[in-house]
Amino acid sequence: MNFDLSDEQELLQETVRQFAANECPPNRVRAIFDAEEGHDTELWKGLVELGLGAIAVPDEFGGAGQELLEQALVAEALGAAALPGPFLGHSLAGLAILWGGSDTQKKTWLPKLANGELLGTVAFAEGDERWQPNEWALEGGTTLSGVKSATPFGAHADLVVVGTAGGELAVVERGARGFAAQPLPGVDRTRRIAELRFENTPCESLQNGRGASARVRDAGLVLLAADAFGGAQRLLEMSVEYAKTRQQFGVTIGSFQGLKHQLANLAVEIEPARGLYWYAAHAFDHVREESERTAALAKAHLTHVYMQAARDSVEAHGGIGFTWECDVQIYFKRAMFDRAFLGTPATHRERAAALAGW
Amino acid sequence: MDLSYSAEYEAFRAEVKAFLAGHWPLRGDEAKLPGEKRATLLRERAIAAGFLARRIPKKYGGSEQSADVLKAQIIRDEFARARAPGEMAGIGPSMLVPTLLEKGSEWQKEKFIAPTIRGDIIWCQGYSEPGSGSDLASLKTKAQLVGDEWVINGQKIWTSGAHRADYMFCLCRTEPEAQKHGGISYLLLSMKQPGIEVRPLRQMTGAADFNEVFFTDARTPKDWIVGKRGEGWLVSRTTLKHERNMIGDAQNALATFEALVALAKRALKDGKPAIQDASIRQRLVQLEGYVRAHQYSGYRQLTKAAKAQDPGRVQLMNKLTSTNIGQEVAKLALDILGDDGLYEPGERQLGGPRDNAQWVGQFMWSLGSAVAGGTANIQRNVIGERGLGLPRDAAVQRS
Repeated sequence: MNFDLSDEQELLQETVRQFAANECPPNRVRAIFDAEEGHDTELWKGLVELGLGAIAVPDEFGGAGQELLEQALVAEALGAAALPGPFLGHSLAGLAILWGGSDTQKKTWLPKLANGELLGTVAFAEGDERWQPNEWALEGGTTLSGVKSATPFGAHADLVVVGTAGGELAVVERGARGFAAQPLPGVDRTRRIAELRFENTPCESLQNGRGASARVRDAGLVLLAADAFGGAQRLLEMSVEYAKTRQQFGVTIGSFQGLKHQLANLAVEIEPARGLYWYAAHAFDHVREESERTAALAKAHLTHVYMQAARDSVEAHGGIGFTWECDVQIYFKRAMFDRAFLGTPATHRERAAALAGW
Repeated sequence: MDLSYSAEYEAFRAEVKAFLAGHWPLRGDEAKLPGEKRATLLRERAIAAGFLARRIPKKYGGSEQSADVLKAQIIRDEFARARAPGEMAGIGPSMLVPTLLEKGSEWQKEKFIAPTIRGDIIWCQGYSEPGSGSDLASLKTKAQLVGDEWVINGQKIWTSGAHRADYMFCLCRTEPEAQKHGGISYLLLSMKQPGIEVRPLRQMTGAADFNEVFFTDARTPKDWIVGKRGEGWLVSRTTLKHERNMIGDAQNALATFEALVALAKRALKDGKPAIQDASIRQRLVQLEGYVRAHQYSGYRQLTKAAKAQDPGRVQLMNKLTSTNIGQEVAKLALDILGDDGLYEPGERQLGGPRDNAQWVGQFMWSLGSAVAGGTANIQRNVIGERGLGLPRDAAVQRS
């Protein structure tokens, strides 16, 4: 019985935390958040040099050869720092090619994704909350014609793994004929999104896309859940810190029971829930029959908790919490992203109910 | 991360299973004994085999095993699986025995521990008073040393099981001159004496599980004090540090949740099973998120304890998490019950499914957890102050 992280896993998280503290402190997060250009290539290069571009990709393709749990632990640490960048989409593009690609496809793209030569992303959204592989309607084949919405860093990516009808996956490279990416006014400026348009655009279908797409989705759900846990935990720390510092009526406001109970409730929502994403990642790697449902449950629960934590944290900070300059708003918007991306909590609760045979 | 047990522990599990296969259920004439007798017989044998009363020395009736949270968990799992009676439940074994082990005198341990863990004597706890609930240390029940006896006057309240108890362990003010916490002593006394009157309190469920206890010159010998005079507050804070059940609450929550799912599958809404209702499905899965989180949090605490590491402040959150889950279960169950929520709790059958009246009982009992053993608001203070390090309320008198 060992439901805890290994020393290596602790070290991995610590490394990412240190990287974020040194290379992307809050003022840099804010600068990127406010910038016109939303992709900081230097920051991304630093993450790739740490080997975080393809954590779960095997060594033979240039990856770190770890499991989804390690990838999720990194997502937690990045979420805690609200670190802007394409980690999510890039990770999922690598997993899609790893699980769905032929040997040639893997050899062609994975090493370049791992070393950062290519920036990858996934285009799953088709609007009206249609994110799931069985809902994709864009016809695949040798060319694509149609639209994908809300693609993370879609205007920056060199390689896009596109979800197509029948739960298939196809790869489109930047600069391909008839391919255009239009930035969208996404609420979370740490993870820019774009709408992709294809017009007779040449693409390459992944050999086993149909078999891989639901797994890629599930991996995405776990990574979002982990990001949400990291962000929620950081919001709790920020709110507690503020309550210990801010004075009113001659005392620190954290001594007032109203605020104290609000923060205690927040802690009770967040801290025991860490194991939900741990277990979902563990199940993804080792308990296959549970993996789809636990991923849905973790995503639904933790992104819901994150959103509520963000709302409570604005309240706990008072007027300052409602301002653009306060970091709470950045986490608030990351919570909105985590909640909606790949489907809302309600979507995944219904899926979890159906998967239980209810 | 690995939720299985190592070979060493699986071997231990096999021993526990073999013991249970050989001893439970009882056979022959023993199988015809009343339930409590059968439970006592099994407990005696399980103690002799080293599976129960593990942290209690042999000379006090225990099996004196070294602390091992994983073995303790395996024993609980296997006894539960075999539906065999485990450790004697109740306030005596769970609270008094650990306190005596740490703070009791030699004769007290010899006299009280063995019969308590066998279930031969039953205890009640005299802590709360009408004016002293969350602020327990303000208690007023007085004990005065007269010759060789303490003479006790005052009143306790919410005393669970006082009507069945043989003895009480209680907190009394013995040093009226001392400060609030320093004036309290921890006394043991017999409930079977003329100076004690027990009056049952009827709960909102209709049953009467707890009581008021009035002391009018009740008496107990001078040496029935645990710790020294004026140390009672500290003595009462003694907790069992070994083999604490890290995941018991979560396992109960999971079992209750599964029962709720079963209820939703058989109860009808608009002529269809309630579980097919979109909003019931949403709420069930939302609740399951909390139940699973609680379960995995328990696994993590168990792992930390097994490695002799501090699980951290999340431990302080277990009770409130259980309470919150119980409340949600209750509310959802009542919505599933529909019209059957019109009827009083109990065993009564109304032509509806068999255990609906029990769910009405659960709806009320779930509030018991929010007020008993430290209210939910007191839990929030503890989490805020000890867990998050927030300052205490400056306006509150602590001493």
